[in-house]
Amino acid sequence: MNLSLISLEIWVVALGLVLMLADFWMPAERRRFLGYAAAAALAVLLVMNLGHCATGTAFNGMFVQDGLAVFFKRFFIVAAILVLFIAVEFSDRITSGISEYYSLIVFALSGMLFAASANNFAMLFVSIELITVTFYVLVSFQRGRLVSLEAGVKYLILGALSSAFMVYGIALVWGTTGKLNFNDLALVASQFAGNKIFLLGMVLVLVGLGFKIAAFPFQIWAPDVYQGAPTPTTAFLAVGSKAAGFVLLLRVLFTAIPGVSAHWANPLIIISGITILYGNLCALPQRNLKRLLGYSSIAHAGYLLLGVAALSASGQAAILYYLSGYLFTVLGAFTVICLVMRHLDSEDISTLAGLHQRSPLLATTLTLAMVSLAGIPPLAGFFGKFLLLKAVLEQGATNPGYYCLAFTALAGVVISLYYYFGVIRAIYWSQDAPADWSPILLSGPAKVTIAICIAGMFWIGLFPNTVLNLATEAVKTLGI
Amino acid sequence: MSILTYILGWPLVAALVLVFVPGNYRVIIRAVALLATFISMLLAVKMFCQFVAGQAGYQFEQQIPWVESLGISYHVGVDGLNVGLILMGTVVAFAAACCSFEIQSREKEFYILLLVMTGGILGAFASLDLFFFYFLHELALVPTFIMIGVWGRGERKNYATFQITLYLSVGALIALIGLIALYLQSGANTFDIPKLTEYIQAHPLAAQSQNFIFPLLLFGFGILVSLWPFHTWAPLGYGSAPSPTAMLHAGVLKKFGLYGLIRIALPLMPQAAQHWMQILAWLCLGNILYVGWVAMRQRNLNLLIGNSSVAHMGFIFLGIASLNLIGVTGAVVIMIAHGFLAALTFGLSGYIYRQTGTLEMGELGGLARKLPFIGTALLMAALAGCGLPGFANFVGEVTVFFGAWKVFPLVTGLALWGALMIGALYMLRAMRNVLHGPLPEKWSGISDASNVWRKLPYALLLASLLVFGCFPRLLTEKITPDAGKILFVMKMSGKPLIFPCAYEKQLDLNSSRNSQSATQNR
Repeated sequence: MNLSLISLEIWVVALGLVLMLADFWMPAERRRFLGYAAAAALAVLLVMNLGHCATGTAFNGMFVQDGLAVFFKRFFIVAAILVLFIAVEFSDRITSGISEYYSLIVFALSGMLFAASANNFAMLFVSIELITVTFYVLVSFQRGRLVSLEAGVKYLILGALSSAFMVYGIALVWGTTGKLNFNDLALVASQFAGNKIFLLGMVLVLVGLGFKIAAFPFQIWAPDVYQGAPTPTTAFLAVGSKAAGFVLLLRVLFTAIPGVSAHWANPLIIISGITILYGNLCALPQRNLKRLLGYSSIAHAGYLLLGVAALSASGQAAILYYLSGYLFTVLGAFTVICLVMRHLDSEDISTLAGLHQRSPLLATTLTLAMVSLAGIPPLAGFFGKFLLLKAVLEQGATNPGYYCLAFTALAGVVISLYYYFGVIRAIYWSQDAPADWSPILLSGPAKVTIAICIAGMFWIGLFPNTVLNLATEAVKTLGI
Repeated sequence: MSILTYILGWPLVAALVLVFVPGNYRVIIRAVALLATFISMLLAVKMFCQFVAGQAGYQFEQQIPWVESLGISYHVGVDGLNVGLILMGTVVAFAAACCSFEIQSREKEFYILLLVMTGGILGAFASLDLFFFYFLHELALVPTFIMIGVWGRGERKNYATFQITLYLSVGALIALIGLIALYLQSGANTFDIPKLTEYIQAHPLAAQSQNFIFPLLLFGFGILVSLWPFHTWAPLGYGSAPSPTAMLHAGVLKKFGLYGLIRIALPLMPQAAQHWMQILAWLCLGNILYVGWVAMRQRNLNLLIGNSSVAHMGFIFLGIASLNLIGVTGAVVIMIAHGFLAALTFGLSGYIYRQTGTLEMGELGGLARKLPFIGTALLMAALAGCGLPGFANFVGEVTVFFGAWKVFPLVTGLALWGALMIGALYMLRAMRNVLHGPLPEKWSGISDASNVWRKLPYALLLASLLVFGCFPRLLTEKITPDAGKILFVMKMSGKPLIFPCAYEKQLDLNSSRNSQSATQNR
């Protein structure tokens, strides 16, 4: 057993506890600054983690620290730091318990860190539950707002249902194969490729993961929850929770059952295609900005599934690359939403009118985020989509379905231009007169957050080499 | 650092600089934009003069690896095919920056977008890397949409914005699939165009994959160039666009698809090209005859110019479809000539619109009296559009017809009819309506281009048309050797073509003989 491998997780859990305890001694008016302290602590952990990354397994192979895990752990910590910054900006809308809010974000982060290292079905389930249960609370944290409570209840019911499916699936897999560890399972999985009970179990596990990443047909919760949840929660849900779903999906499909998943090209193609079309088509009529991003996040889950459906190393590397760009893009968008809609109850797109005069910086950031989500150079989204499409077309020779999938993805991109440009249009040339013309004042840390997001979008888009090499190295451990 | 990097870099650097200039420093913003486009124009002229015609390989090359694992690198260089296009692009960009005085609101954002667009277009033409070729085109395309949406004019602005966005994005994305498929099928693991061409010459693509990829590129690029029947975005889009945007898009950016066909689709997929060119020849008749006929029915000057610009694309397609040296050379000459011409007409119509607030030909009339300079320039542009000798368009069109006559006599005959009859009919009629006749009372207050700055862009573009019209050798001697190389690849795959050794004599003979006969006909 090797405790040093999980030192990062231990530190993060400890940080969460410290944040809760600090609540006792901190005067109420200064508690909101705990968020900066937490972000700084995470930044220190990130820098420490950059130096040494010992690889190996712990707890009898349940916990694995490999290239993929390290990549995602850095990803999650960066996401959590930015989300904490957004949360501080949001803190005036949370009536009580702001330090609990911070510590719940940190606990959710610890769940994601464990998810990145999960190499066993028990570990997978525990880490997913740690993420999901903290998110039940985070989603309904604005207890005074009905929509927030409604979103929390919806997330709770559907999340509990999917967890139940997943446990049932794990039980079936264990019952048929007797294995919980992914590496052990990989050795015997192909013997069970024809076993209906085993396959049912695997499908149920994938149902649970499909819920996390909001893939069709398990996407129903996403728009409501995105709309109702407090903005920092939505941001963390969109980035962290989705990425955690993807790392687990990659591990299950390509470490645990590579021999079986190799035959699943067609179902994956269909799910990916429908998810893309559903997300993009439903986003078209949306007027609420957070709801629109909810549907767009479904569409992006579909794009990411392109990389899964390709069943190749380049597809997996493309997923990692795309997620990195998505991180900065989505968090940039949510930072702007959090700042602009500070004094408004509604999150209607029309409230963006006049933003270019009220705050050119915020207008530019949101425009860049939309342009990057739409996949337009030179921002991160373009090269990500390029890599995903390339991975899919690479497989075209083996299965003509991949060509159909590539064209479906393109149709999705074209549809998405309509609503992303709709947001840009509302910012710059909307007909409605804005309710107030007062300039939006930004705090220093908010400017830093925005600067990081913009720099990230440009850096990943213009200099893809670093991240792409990291991603390519990381997925080597998956073994395809 | 290659001179090309500076040519495309200056506008992009200027765009970055403008981000940090406060929005109310209007003079500085304008000066930065003008200076950047002017420097890049001077550099392009210098490059054009230093270019050695007929030299093997690419000149002014520069290569910086970008993503090694995929074989993507920043690689720029010119040969005879793109050296003229880059020169044309910089001249049009400078003219567009001069014409941008019509923009009165949010100038800072407008100039940033204009400069990004300029840098993107020039980069796309200079790029010898398949990825950057596409990447920089897309970088130039998106500002177009935003500019039409924000600074566009007319009631149907929003509709036009969304139409042009969706059409062009579909076209670009179809081409993207084609390019990625080409990269994957070649197996060369490089996006570098010279390397890819070399590799594919040694290991040709299977006929099946050629037949799959070529239509993707043909129709993807075709949508971008407004190939009939995918042209409907163009007239409305240009009609709604602010004139600098229309100048840059119709003049320069639209040539990207044509350039892509010649540079990438023909040499890399010769067999499929020969098959599809038969179809393309008939489609281009749609551009020349059908769109020409539509142009005759227009009552709005900008829609008429937009339609006529679509019709001109038909000649270029016809030249490419002929797949012989004379035709392809002519196609490249028209690409350059039409760039100047489209920029000139859209710039002039923008001037008239700013003075009168309308471009409905029924309301205009007699403007030549109040606007002697603008009116004369417009008339010259219209005559150039009809193919009057002395303007560069004439050289290109004649060359294309000579090339195409050998391959598609029937199509060429019909196209000639369209070019001479329909083109002259709608252009001259429009000129009569706009410039001559009685001057309506309400236009008595309008004023001509008064100072040098106002006249400069139009004079520059007219001068370019005349220079290349009177000395076409400046272009053809550069284009033919490299067009010959591309056609040599096509010849290797089994179709008889004219040998490169005989081209020059034939070309000179044809153009001089024809210019005499055409002058007599008129």
